[in-house]
Amino acid sequence: MRLFGEDVLPLAAEHIVLALVPVLLGLVISLPLGWWAWRSRGARRILLPLTGVLYTIPSLALFVVMPILLGTRILDPVNVAVALTVYAVALLVRSVVDGLDEVPSEVMTAGVAMGYRPLGLLVGVQLPLAVPVLVAGMRVATVSSFSLVAVGAIIGQGALGALFTQGFERFYTAQIVFGLLAIVILALLFDALWVLVGRLLAPWNRRVARPTSSVEV
Amino acid sequence: MRPTRALGAAFLAALALLVAACGGGGGDPLASQPQPPAAGDTLRIGSANFTENRLLAEIYATALSIRGVKVERQFGIGSRETYFPGLRDGSIDLVPEYTGNLLQYLDGQATATAPADVYAQVQQKLPPSLKVLQASPAEDKDAVVVTRAFATQNNITSLDQLGPLCGTVVFGGPPEFQTRPYGIPGIERSYGCTFKEFRSLDAGGPLTVAALRDGSVQAADLFTTDPSIPNNDFVILADPKSNFAAQQVVPLVNASKLGNPAVTDVLNLISQKMDTATLTDLNKRLDAPDKPDPAQVARDWLSSAGIG
Amino acid sequence: MLSSLVAWFSAPAQWSASTGIPARLLQHLGYTALAVLVGAVIAVPLGLYIGHTGRGRLLVVGLANGLRALPELGVLVLFVLLIGLGLTPVVLALMLLAIPPLLAGTYSGISGVDPAAVDAARGIGMTESQILFQVELPNALPLMVAGLRTAVLQVVATATIAAFVSLGGLGRYIVDGQAQRDFTQMAGGAILVALLAIVLEVALQGLQRAVTPGTRRQEPARTDTVTAGG
Repeated sequence: MRLFGEDVLPLAAEHIVLALVPVLLGLVISLPLGWWAWRSRGARRILLPLTGVLYTIPSLALFVVMPILLGTRILDPVNVAVALTVYAVALLVRSVVDGLDEVPSEVMTAGVAMGYRPLGLLVGVQLPLAVPVLVAGMRVATVSSFSLVAVGAIIGQGALGALFTQGFERFYTAQIVFGLLAIVILALLFDALWVLVGRLLAPWNRRVARPTSSVEV
Repeated sequence: MRPTRALGAAFLAALALLVAACGGGGGDPLASQPQPPAAGDTLRIGSANFTENRLLAEIYATALSIRGVKVERQFGIGSRETYFPGLRDGSIDLVPEYTGNLLQYLDGQATATAPADVYAQVQQKLPPSLKVLQASPAEDKDAVVVTRAFATQNNITSLDQLGPLCGTVVFGGPPEFQTRPYGIPGIERSYGCTFKEFRSLDAGGPLTVAALRDGSVQAADLFTTDPSIPNNDFVILADPKSNFAAQQVVPLVNASKLGNPAVTDVLNLISQKMDTATLTDLNKRLDAPDKPDPAQVARDWLSSAGIG
Repeated sequence: MLSSLVAWFSAPAQWSASTGIPARLLQHLGYTALAVLVGAVIAVPLGLYIGHTGRGRLLVVGLANGLRALPELGVLVLFVLLIGLGLTPVVLALMLLAIPPLLAGTYSGISGVDPAAVDAARGIGMTESQILFQVELPNALPLMVAGLRTAVLQVVATATIAAFVSLGGLGRYIVDGQAQRDFTQMAGGAILVALLAIVLEVALQGLQRAVTPGTRRQEPARTDTVTAGG
């Protein structure tokens, strides 16, 4: 694809980094937050609605406000990365809570009886059992992150999203279609990777929860 | 706590965050920020969000890298309102500019319209960290454009004739046109023309062309070098009161990056060789149905101009 | 900043002109309603069919995942180039967002109905369509409304992109504010979008409670919150 500035391959690499780093960071941040919300009803009542509200902030607005929040330069890729981390946290905190909720209380009691301390119980029993739900959350967060990175193209930061803005400016339909395919394929590739990770981490659960068919009641 | 109240609390928390984010002082929050010079010898080249500006940036980048200058491309940042602060905070070092609009950005009260006056004023008004190099004879102005049918029907060829009709005209332009001095405020002041409505479109891009063609707007802001003007038989309205100042293409660069004389030399050479007809022609080539590789278009022109 | 926000919100022109807040809000709601409606016309029958027959389950998963991965910005500019300016490309692009949660909600609602109840209905001689509409559908309603809730939230948060292709709605404040580097306008727009999302969320939670029979009223079900932003 003929683009101004950069070639497609480096842009694809940039896209992957810009999409994945926030999701991984988001997981790291969401684990303690989610655990806290799971432990304390008060925290849950504030954190869960708050993440819901964070999610409605339009991404363009968040990208533009980031340099002021962080003191970074206007075109620092960190801006997009941090903004996307916010969205990832907004999605994943709920997944962590739901995942921990799924662990049956008998299993917890058994764990305590076996001498697990709280941290050991969390790492050794609860998190492994929460893996299917966590993986489902990671899948949604990853796929949406790949799509949101493209919005950054409006401020010159969107990696493969440049195919959309430049394609639009030049009436270049094929370039836009190529961009759509490229981003969807990359997103689904990493989506599949999470399924695989889920199977490896929770081999007893063949049916890793699917983000689309799991409707939590 | 009921879910509704929890949501309310969460909303307030998010609001507080947002307000904190936007800073306490008001005004441009960037003004208070330090301006760290960009590290290293790499010259970061930025551009606005329209094809011609990207192409000029690509020409700068190609020519500079041929001369051994390390460059980084950071194109499509947006309007001047968004990339100029990027120049100031060191995000980018060089951007292809247009003298008239740059001047009005620097000084909303500026009245100069002749090329030499505009250029001299720009030099005066720029912060010391930024410099313009030689201005090119190539010019790309904003212009108010209407369809041939509209021009014939109303028998108008110039902006002062549009005046009495303005109350019935929906005008389209990029969002920033609404607030720029030569934009809606300027047209109002110079021609007593208050449009029925302003419609936010894009910077001389597909939205503006489509809106003018399908009648969503009757008059629009396009660039004089835009091939879609002749392609669609649009009519450029004359600007007898010089609302739109001279708009010579000029490299705007971070002064700290001018240590290497090759930078100044090659950018000046490009300015000398470029003219309005060439610019129009290059735009036309880029929009052609075969959608040529922009880098190739840049290289071709540089070699035909004897630069690369 | 706070004072400039207050000034922005309290300027009289914001509340009267055709470009004022009420007009933008209504436009935004209009785009949202249209997109969700068109999405529902496609997703609900499809979900009913798949849920009832059990055929095409893989399609639900694949379609929903694929659609979720589509970058809205690209879809939107593609549609505008293909269709032209106007409401149609925007509604179509937003509709694609509404389909996955509506489809998933309907499908899981129907397929989750107790098979014993369905067998019993069949046993007393109900036709397949009677089973679907008199047994399965009423039981599926809470999950269907949960899907609707997710769809509405996503579309309302993403409908800001309409402004990127010259339409109105609350996104106008964000896109114009970005181009003009007017942080007050952007923040004002973002606050309005969040407020609107919250009002809709509360209303739909109420609806969900209303269609959920007694025992499960406490915590309304929800389909997983999915991609917003736009």
